[in-house]
Amino acid sequence: MSNPTGWKPSMEQAAGAQAGPRPDVGAGGATRGIAYEEKLLFERGSAGERCGVSLPRPSGDFDPARELPAELLRGEIGELPAVSELEVVRHFTRLSAWNHGIDTGFYPLGSCTMKYNPKSSEALARLPGFANAHPLLPEEMAQGSLALMYELERALTEISGFAATTLAPAAGAQGELAGVMMIRAWHVARGNARRKVLIPDTAHGTNPATSALNGYEVVQLASGPDGRLHPETVRAAMGEDVAAIMITNPNTLGVFESHIAEIAEIVHAKGGLVYGDGANLNALLGVARPGDMGFDVMQFNLHKTFATPHGGGGPGSGPVAVSEELVPFLPLPIVVKEGAGYRLVTDPAERPQSIGRVREFHGNFGMFVRALALIREYGPEGLAATGRLAVLNANYVRAKLKDVYDLPYETDSLHEVVFTDKNLKPTGVTTMDVAKRLIDHGFHPPTVYFPLVVHGALMIEPTETETKETLDRFIEGMRQVAEQARRDPEGVKAAPRNPVRARLDETRAARKPVLRWRPGMQVG
Amino acid sequence: MRYHPHTPEEIREMLSAVGANSLDDLFRSIPAQLRLKRPLAVAPAQDEIALFADMRRLADRNEVAHPPFIGAGAYPHHVPPVVDQLLLRGEFFTAYTPYQPEVSQGTLQALFEWQTYVCLLTGMEVANASMYDGASATAEAALMATRLTGRRKIAVSDAVHPEYRRVLATYLASTGDELVLIPHADDGRTDLAALGRAVDASTAAVILGYPNFFGVVEDVAQTAALAKQAGALTVTVTTEAVALGLLRGPGELGADVAVGTFQSFGNPLQFGGPAPGFFATREANIRQMPGRVCGATVDKEGRRGFVLTLSTREQHIRREKATSNICTNAGLCALASTIHLALLGRRGLADLARLNFDRARHLRAAMQRAGFAPVFSAPAFNEMAFEVGDPEAVVARLAKKGLAAGVPLARWYGADPKLKGALLCVATELHSPELIELFAREVRG
Amino acid sequence: MNVPEDLKYTKEHEWCRLKGNRAVIGITDHAQDQLGDIVYVEFPEVGDPVKKGESFGVVESTKAVSELFAPVSGKVVEVNDPLSDAPESINEDPYEEGWMIQVELSDPKEVESLLDAAGYQKFLQEESE
Repeated sequence: MSNPTGWKPSMEQAAGAQAGPRPDVGAGGATRGIAYEEKLLFERGSAGERCGVSLPRPSGDFDPARELPAELLRGEIGELPAVSELEVVRHFTRLSAWNHGIDTGFYPLGSCTMKYNPKSSEALARLPGFANAHPLLPEEMAQGSLALMYELERALTEISGFAATTLAPAAGAQGELAGVMMIRAWHVARGNARRKVLIPDTAHGTNPATSALNGYEVVQLASGPDGRLHPETVRAAMGEDVAAIMITNPNTLGVFESHIAEIAEIVHAKGGLVYGDGANLNALLGVARPGDMGFDVMQFNLHKTFATPHGGGGPGSGPVAVSEELVPFLPLPIVVKEGAGYRLVTDPAERPQSIGRVREFHGNFGMFVRALALIREYGPEGLAATGRLAVLNANYVRAKLKDVYDLPYETDSLHEVVFTDKNLKPTGVTTMDVAKRLIDHGFHPPTVYFPLVVHGALMIEPTETETKETLDRFIEGMRQVAEQARRDPEGVKAAPRNPVRARLDETRAARKPVLRWRPGMQVG
Repeated sequence: MRYHPHTPEEIREMLSAVGANSLDDLFRSIPAQLRLKRPLAVAPAQDEIALFADMRRLADRNEVAHPPFIGAGAYPHHVPPVVDQLLLRGEFFTAYTPYQPEVSQGTLQALFEWQTYVCLLTGMEVANASMYDGASATAEAALMATRLTGRRKIAVSDAVHPEYRRVLATYLASTGDELVLIPHADDGRTDLAALGRAVDASTAAVILGYPNFFGVVEDVAQTAALAKQAGALTVTVTTEAVALGLLRGPGELGADVAVGTFQSFGNPLQFGGPAPGFFATREANIRQMPGRVCGATVDKEGRRGFVLTLSTREQHIRREKATSNICTNAGLCALASTIHLALLGRRGLADLARLNFDRARHLRAAMQRAGFAPVFSAPAFNEMAFEVGDPEAVVARLAKKGLAAGVPLARWYGADPKLKGALLCVATELHSPELIELFAREVRG
Repeated sequence: MNVPEDLKYTKEHEWCRLKGNRAVIGITDHAQDQLGDIVYVEFPEVGDPVKKGESFGVVESTKAVSELFAPVSGKVVEVNDPLSDAPESINEDPYEEGWMIQVELSDPKEVESLLDAAGYQKFLQEESE
C-alpha cells in the first residue's frame, strides 16, 4: 500500500486546527468575501511596450509629420500606463468585487427604482444591427432603428396617457429641461413667458435647478402635515405671473398627491401649465396615467421605470410626453411613419415652433432597445402587475417595520416608504449609522436624508422584482440594527466592518480636492 | 412573468400583513375617477423566444454589413470584446450612483481613472465624471464661461458640429446670452481674422472644434492667444477622441476648457447614443464646473479610497443656485472608455491614432485617383470632405449596395455654394485598404 | 453651546463684536455645529458694501450650503483670508480664529436691534422646541 501524492487528508487534524471566532453572517447573507487591494492603473510600473489590444500595422506610407505642424503632434503620452490584457482584466475584475449592485443583493434606494436589469435586454441591445448603426445612416438603411423608436414612442405615450413623446433627452434632468423649455415656449407664443414656477418642498433638486436655468423664479410651496400638497396652498400662490407648477406624483415621500386634479384645475384656470416629474412612475404603471390627471408634460426615467442599467450613475434616458397643446414645441428629431416606412424629422422648417435640439443625434438609442424589450415582455398584464406588486412590496416593508422605526406620515405609501431615526435618538444612533450597519448585513442602504422635509429620512423602495423572502431578510436586518442600537450603539456606529473601506473622509475630499492621479500623488 | 416572483400564496400573506383585502385596496389614495379602467393598449406580452425573433427581424432591417464611411460626430471603431465582458459584470453594471462609497469603490476608482485619462488626453488639470454627451457638455461649457467672466456673448465657429451648435442655441435661448457665428476660411479652419473682429470685451468664450466638423485640425494656440487678449475663454470640442492619440491636448495649446465625447473609446455607434460626454478644465475653475466629480481621500483606517466630492455645486444641494441641473452622468459609457484606454495603453493609443491617420490617407489617395479632390486644404485627422458633384445621389446609389457613403455637407451648409458638392467621409482602423478601394470605385460608379 | 456674553447675535446665527466703529463678524458655535465640517467659504472683497439682512457670502459643508447674512450695514475693511485654506478654524474656534469679515459701520444705530447673549440663548431654546 502506498500514497504517491504525499497528501494525507485527516478530518481530525483539520478540526483540531485552532478555530477562530466564526465570522458574522449578516441578515442579507453578507460575510467578507474575496476582495483584493488594487492600485490605480497609473501606479503600475509600466514596462513600455505592453499593450492589451491587437491592431493591424499601419502601412508606413504616410507620415503625420509631413502634413501636420510639429507643434501639434504628440508622441506617446508618458503617464499613460502600459499593461497587458490579462492585467487589465484582473484590474477591473477586482474593482468590480468592491461594488454592491442589484445583482449582488437588495438595493432599496428610494426614488431610484432599483429593479432587476434584464439580461435579455443586453443581448438585444448588442445585436449588430442595433449596435453598429450610425446615427446618420441613410434612412433606408436604418428602418429597423426608426421602427423601434416609433414603437417605443407609441408605447410610452399610451402608458402615460399623453398625445406624443420625444425620445431625445439624455436623462431625467435633461427631460425636465426640455419640458420646462416647452412650457416657456408655449407661454412666449402667447406673448408672455411669465416669471415664476411653483415647486413643492418635497421636490427633487433638479426641479428648481431646471426652472432657474430657464430664467424662472422658484416659489417653494409647503406640503401639508399629511405630506401632500393642498389646493389652498396652490390657490394662494397661483397668479398670472406663474408659468407652471412642477409636481412629482407619487411624490418623493412615496405618497400620492390626491389633490392633483383640483390643483391642475387651479393652475390651468390662470393660464399656467402642470409639469409632472415621472421619476416615480413605477407605482402607477397600469393603475393610473399622469396624462389623465391634468398633467401637461411629464418626463420618464427609463433607467428607473423601464430597468435600463444604472451603470454606476448613468447613462439614463429621459423621454418627455406632452399633451396635444405642447406637441408643436417638441424638440427635434421626431420619428414619423410614412406609408410602410419611417422618417426622422430634423428640419426646423417642418416644425417651426419646436424648441430645437437638446442633444446631438436622436437620443440614447441603446436604452430604447432595452426599454422596449421590457415593455414587450410585460404586455398589458405585466405593466399592470408591476405597479401593484411594487406598491405591495413597499407596504409590506412598512407594515413590518412601523413598530420599530418612526413613520413621519400616517398617509398611505405607494411604492416607497419613508422612515426616520427619531426612535433611535436616545441611543445616539443616526440614519447614517443605520445605513452603514445595513451594509454589514449585505444590503445596499436605502436613500438617506432625502427628501429634505423629513429630518433623518430613510427612504425604502423595494421594487416589484424582489421576493418576499428577500424582503423578510431585509426587515430582519433593519430590526437587528435597531435592536443593536439599543444594546450596543458603539457597534452600530463602528459600521461598516465588511467592505474594503469604511467611513471615508468626505470633509478631506472637499477641503483638499484630489481629482486625478499625478506622479507622486499623496492622499492622507 | 419572470420579473414578478410573487406566488399567489405570498401575495395573500403580504396583503394580510398590510391589512388590505386586495392589491387594488393599496391604491385607495388615488381618486376613483383617476384610475385606469381598461388595460393599457400595448402589444400583447411576448416570451423570450418570440421577443428575440421579432427584435432580430427589426435589427436586420438596419444595413450594417460594412463599416460606415460616416463620422460627423459618431465614429465606427473596433471595440475589443474584453471591454463588454468586463462592463457586463453585474457589480459594475447594476450598481447605481456611488452615494454609499464603502460599497461603490469599484465604480469610484474607475471614475477616478476616467477623470485621469480625460486630463492626460486633453492636457487639462481636472475633469468631471462625464456628461450626457458632447453637445450638452459644450452648452455647459458656454454657460460656465458666462458665469466665470460675467459676460454674455459666445463666439462659436461654424465649423463646430452643426447639431452641437443647435443644442447650444437651445440651451442659451432662455438665458438671454448672445451667440455669434464665426465663419470658416476656404482651407477648412476657422477664419481667425473674422474671429479677431468678433471677439471683444463682452465675449465670454470662443468655441472651436478640435478636430472640427470637417475633420480639419484647427490652430488652437493662435485662437487661444486671440481670445485671451480679449479676456475670453477658449473652449475646444472634440468629437473624435482618437485624434488625441496623435494631436497634442488642447490644454497644452492654451485652451481653458475641453469638451466633447469619448464615444470612440469603448462605445459602439448605437444609432447615436449613449456615449460619454467629457468636460475638462483648469483647476481654478473647479467650483464652477458642472456635473459629478470623484475625489481621492482616506477612510477611518487611513486607507486611500474614493468619494464623490464638491457636491455643493450640484442640484441636490444648491437646487436653484446649482451650476447645472445635471444629475445622472454616463457612468457605464465612461467605464467602457476607461477599459478600452487601459487596454490600449500608451503604445496602443499612439498606434491606433496613427493607423486612423494612415487609413484616411489611403482613402484620400484612392478618392483622388478616382477623380475626387479634397474640399479643404488644411491638415485633417481621419475625416475629410471630397468634391463629388452630387453627394445626395452618391449616398443614395451606394446605399442600394449596402454602403454608407458619408454625409453631404450641404445638409447643414446649404447656403454655401463651395460646399454644394462636398461629401464628408471618415476612414478608421475598421476600413481595410481593400474596402477603401472598393468604396472609391463605387463612388466613381 | 458656547454663547459669549460680550457679543451681539442675529437669528441667522451670526455674531458681531464691536470695536469702535467696526464690527467683527462670524458664525456662532451653534451654527458651526449644525453645519458639520466646514469645507469652503466665499466672502466679499475688501471695499465691497454689505447691507444688514442681506447675504454677504456662503459657508459650505460637504452636504449643505449656508448663506451668511450681514448683521449690520457698512463697508468691508478686512477679510480673514487664511480661512480659504483652513476653513476648519470656523469649527474649532468660531468666535476668535474663525472670524470672517470686519465691517466699518455705516449706521451704528443698527446694532441696537441685534440680540444680546441672553436673547440669543433664549432664541436657541425656542428653536429647539
